[in-house]
Amino acid sequence: MTHPSSSGSRRLEIAPAGDGLRITVGGLWRFAEGLAGLAGVERELDAGTFPKVVVTAEGLEYADSSLPVWLAGLHDLCEARGVPLDLSGLGAGLAHLVALSRGVPERKGTEREIIRLPKLDKVGHRVIGRLRRADDQLQFVGELGLSVGRLLCGRARLRWRDVVEAIADSGPNSLMIVTVISALIGMILAFIGAMELRKFGAEIYVANLVGLAVVREMAAVMTGIVIAGKTGAAFAARIGTMQAQEEIDALTTLGVSCFDFLVLPRVIALTLMMPLLYLYSCAIGLGGGMLIATVSLGIPVEQYWAWMVWALPLYQFGVGFLKSAVFGALVAGVGCLRGLQCGRSAAAVGKATTSAVVTGILYIIIADSVFAILLEVYHL
Amino acid sequence: MTGPARIVVRELDMAFGSYVVQQSVNFEVRSGEIFVVMGASGCGKSTLMRHMVGLEEPVGGEIRYDDESYWDVPEERRTVINRRFGILFQSGALWSSMTLAENVALPLSLYSGLSQAEIAEVVSFKLALVGLRGFEAFYPSELSGGMRKRAGLARAMALDPDILFFDEPSAGLDPVSSHRLDRLLLELRDSLGATIVMVTHELSSIFAVADTSVFLDAETRTAIAWGAPAELRDHCEHPAVRAFLSPG
Repeated sequence: MTHPSSSGSRRLEIAPAGDGLRITVGGLWRFAEGLAGLAGVERELDAGTFPKVVVTAEGLEYADSSLPVWLAGLHDLCEARGVPLDLSGLGAGLAHLVALSRGVPERKGTEREIIRLPKLDKVGHRVIGRLRRADDQLQFVGELGLSVGRLLCGRARLRWRDVVEAIADSGPNSLMIVTVISALIGMILAFIGAMELRKFGAEIYVANLVGLAVVREMAAVMTGIVIAGKTGAAFAARIGTMQAQEEIDALTTLGVSCFDFLVLPRVIALTLMMPLLYLYSCAIGLGGGMLIATVSLGIPVEQYWAWMVWALPLYQFGVGFLKSAVFGALVAGVGCLRGLQCGRSAAAVGKATTSAVVTGILYIIIADSVFAILLEVYHL
Repeated sequence: MTGPARIVVRELDMAFGSYVVQQSVNFEVRSGEIFVVMGASGCGKSTLMRHMVGLEEPVGGEIRYDDESYWDVPEERRTVINRRFGILFQSGALWSSMTLAENVALPLSLYSGLSQAEIAEVVSFKLALVGLRGFEAFYPSELSGGMRKRAGLARAMALDPDILFFDEPSAGLDPVSSHRLDRLLLELRDSLGATIVMVTHELSSIFAVADTSVFLDAETRTAIAWGAPAELRDHCEHPAVRAFLSPG
């Protein structure tokens, strides 16, 4: 019995013969016609007993991988049924290709099981996971502390060129974005303040409002957020890529602490640069507020300046200065931590970078809240 | 058995800014042959391949595929020509967020028109050809460098391209896998009629599989020899070529 295949111009004939089950392939075998099935061969093998299966080519005009894929399936079928398969009638190339594909046995036990845990177990796993991450962070803080200790004793192995590079990246190269954000924040605060204060005829207090808000909170927090998005992310991506490319392993095996070599320069750079950026942000923010107050509200510059100076004792700048130094250390630390925790793939670098930004911003807000409480407690 | 010229490289100049990598490079690759680009490290072999597959634009000369000058046709046409290529990059260049099966399946699902079940069957066969049957669900980061390279080879072969470009395919492979790869190249040429351009300096591979080769010289920065590797080894007038092909 013959089963001619009718799909497109591919020919596949299956017929019992004296020496076994004979399969003839011909015509055009192309992916465009889909893959041929093995149902016809299975039916014939079910119907009778054959000493072997012989495949020959007749008028085979063209074959892409759809033919060897089918032959490999036929090979597996014959092997499962214990029937010898003879591909010598196809020419050496195709027979060898099939032999090559079956030359290495399939690796068993590689399937991935989806383990369905009870809900309580899931909660437990999540809690343990979080605790481990917290443990990693504590370890990071400890290692960083030791590294700072080595620096103070003059035993830390770091390149000061890296510190300078990180300073350039986080300081001068961030001025444009800090300028835009700070000016807009100052202007927005002046606008909103003026709208409300005008109701009470107290427009002049815009100077107090903008001054306190910018110096005490906004300059430090907004600069911190901008730097977390720009420099913190860059730290995580850079160290994460080094992790993925085994560069950190190379440092470790060389006996160099990656905390001294990679983390410390970045933490030093941001801790030094953030207070300076904060002062710059204050100047721009206060200037933006003053611009709106004088142009839009008609408050004379001298009067605005006098009220602002009166409302801003110097220690307010000191508070902001200290806060921004802490934010800088936090952003740099989180960026480096996420980079060191990174996996060894491009996707992992992306995750590390995102996590560095999100965690950095979160820590800035938490630290700012802690500062607010402490300042309240000490009546500052 | 080889046919008419499939690729013609004529007076090709390659440079990065003012740094000239190679100049006046000339050779032809015939249909159905295995062509090897060889030369010492840093001579510009991989750069030549990047120019041939459209990743770098030459500063002079031309690369012709059949009747078309690759860099003179519009970009859309170049995209169509590129579909005839299968490329294995030096590091494998697998997409790290996808499993091996997904890596090999992507070109098939984009261009073959096969159903998901059929694609899975083809993927399994292609991975089997490179000795990775059963590793379908693995991510590249879970594999060794050699396995990643073999998986990259399976992806390069996914669409049965007319022309396969391999950049250092044997580098990082164990001797068994390397020998198996040589056999695979020969089978691809013989059974599917593929034209293969391979960048390598593995002498055993060069002599085992190459029909023709070109030697890029790092000193003169041009192609100084073109022919069958054994002929070049025995008869080439350039001492650098003979020294490269019969060291010691």
